[in-house]
Amino acid sequence: MQTSAPAVAITGLVKRYGDRTAVDGLDLTVATGSVTAVLGPNGAGKTTTIETCEGYRRADAGTVRVLGLDPGDPAQAARLRPRIGVMLQSGGIYPGARALEMLRHTAKLHAHPLDVDELAARLGLDSCGRTAYRRLSGGQQQRLALAMAVVGRPELVFLDEPTAGLDPHARQATWDLVRNLRRDGVTVVLTTHHMDEAEQLADRIAIVDGGRVIAEGTPEELCRSDAADTVRFRARPGLDLGSLLKALPDGTAVAESTPGSYLVEGVVDPQLLATLTSWCAQSGVMPEQLAVGRRTLEDVFLELTGRDLRA
Amino acid sequence: MSTTSYAPQPGAAPLGRMLRAQTGLETRMLLRNGEQLLLTVVIPSVLLVLFSAVDIVATTGPGARVDFLAPGLLALAVLSTAFTGQAIATGFERRYGVLKRLGASPLPRWALMTAKTGSVLVTEVLQVALLSVIALLLGWHPHGLGTPSGAVAVLLLLLLGTAAFSGLGLLMAGTLRAEATLAAANLVFILLLLAGGVIVPLSRFPGAVRPVLEALPISALSDGLRSVLQQGAAMPWGDIGILAAWAVVALAAAARFFRWE
Repeated sequence: MQTSAPAVAITGLVKRYGDRTAVDGLDLTVATGSVTAVLGPNGAGKTTTIETCEGYRRADAGTVRVLGLDPGDPAQAARLRPRIGVMLQSGGIYPGARALEMLRHTAKLHAHPLDVDELAARLGLDSCGRTAYRRLSGGQQQRLALAMAVVGRPELVFLDEPTAGLDPHARQATWDLVRNLRRDGVTVVLTTHHMDEAEQLADRIAIVDGGRVIAEGTPEELCRSDAADTVRFRARPGLDLGSLLKALPDGTAVAESTPGSYLVEGVVDPQLLATLTSWCAQSGVMPEQLAVGRRTLEDVFLELTGRDLRA
Repeated sequence: MSTTSYAPQPGAAPLGRMLRAQTGLETRMLLRNGEQLLLTVVIPSVLLVLFSAVDIVATTGPGARVDFLAPGLLALAVLSTAFTGQAIATGFERRYGVLKRLGASPLPRWALMTAKTGSVLVTEVLQVALLSVIALLLGWHPHGLGTPSGAVAVLLLLLLGTAAFSGLGLLMAGTLRAEATLAAANLVFILLLLAGGVIVPLSRFPGAVRPVLEALPISALSDGLRSVLQQGAAMPWGDIGILAAWAVVALAAAARFFRWE
């Protein structure tokens, strides 16, 4: 990845709808050529942020620069539009237009479009090319919108929940496309509330909640953070955790999360496991389903927001 | 699988290509829509045949019944496409995010509006051709087309009528919900059909309401077309003035109040 100006630079973005503050001082930088996932629950401000970058919303405060241009300025937005690809969260296509007709039309609005038939085949749209948009399945509609976002060979693509409602096969095709875009130097900004999607695709993840970025980094950085790896096991309920805690190193936490389910959090190394199992031996406890785990993005999110991501 | 390269090579297509593509798409969408065809083709044709053949409403002016009715139904054709059809289609495009998505494409908004106007004009040419053939088969003898001023007057009336009705249709589509636009555009179509001098002469209405009805754009269009095509008059300046005023006000209001989402 070459060092160059960021593809997207957002500082202190604020957007209000009446009394409601949708985005509340959001900062985000997207490096050119990278894939960035904006992760957060519904209502976190993901779509508002993306749509401000696309020129649909005017910022109430803060600055937004996309490819060095201000999407809130009509003249600059006009220069920006041919350079970006946009996939809306839903809709955006004439209900009576046929799938390939619409893709071909979008290609005609661009100077050097991709080969329409090849792109359609890649996304599995060739078999429904003559079907009207309103008769396509939800997954086919999503893939058509995705194809329309990339057909003009943009430098930067905004995908708002590109895999929402897709079956595993279609989801894989979408992931492959995003990986190929990255391989060829296209910058991708996508929103999602699927943890695995963000972990699979993104160079960097911004976790958004309440209209702000509450954590940002590579998937590894976010999951590693300050230790807190886990050991889970099942045993009879009501073990004396006090004596276990005394045996374990300082900074380790032990809890019975539900009756009979135990969670040990700390720096999990072989020494800790040995201590744990010898305590079990002394106490006459058989630790069943003993599992050593790394913190997942799901845990990180839960910890940061106190809420489940899909809630 | 082949190795498509997605390497960026962005850029807008030449304006002419974008305009042609968008006009073609808009026209196909319009002609493919069954309800729209009912409105733009079937209703005017059926009314022309029915009212020419059967003495339901007494017509006025010289010539046969069809000489009164044909100009009125040409006016109705403009109303159905430029106003009713365009309002309904644009209202639903707005609701389905079509206009929003196009707003992020290289196509400028004015070019989208130009393309919409182009597709309305293409449809009107087809309507005028069809209605003229039907009317000629029914014995229509149009006047005024032999002189340059008559032909120019007819063209000018049709264009100004299209501008006025497009402005009103887009104003409605850009401010109301899609369902409200659907209902209101159809209601206005029926009211103007009945009270705009299309098939019922305005002289049949009470004197008190006549000045109001005569100021409607549909009345100006049907009266203007009739004064040339039925009576062989030269430029009907009064009707042209009324249509021009409606066009300016409606288009300005649409430009001011149209909301894209």
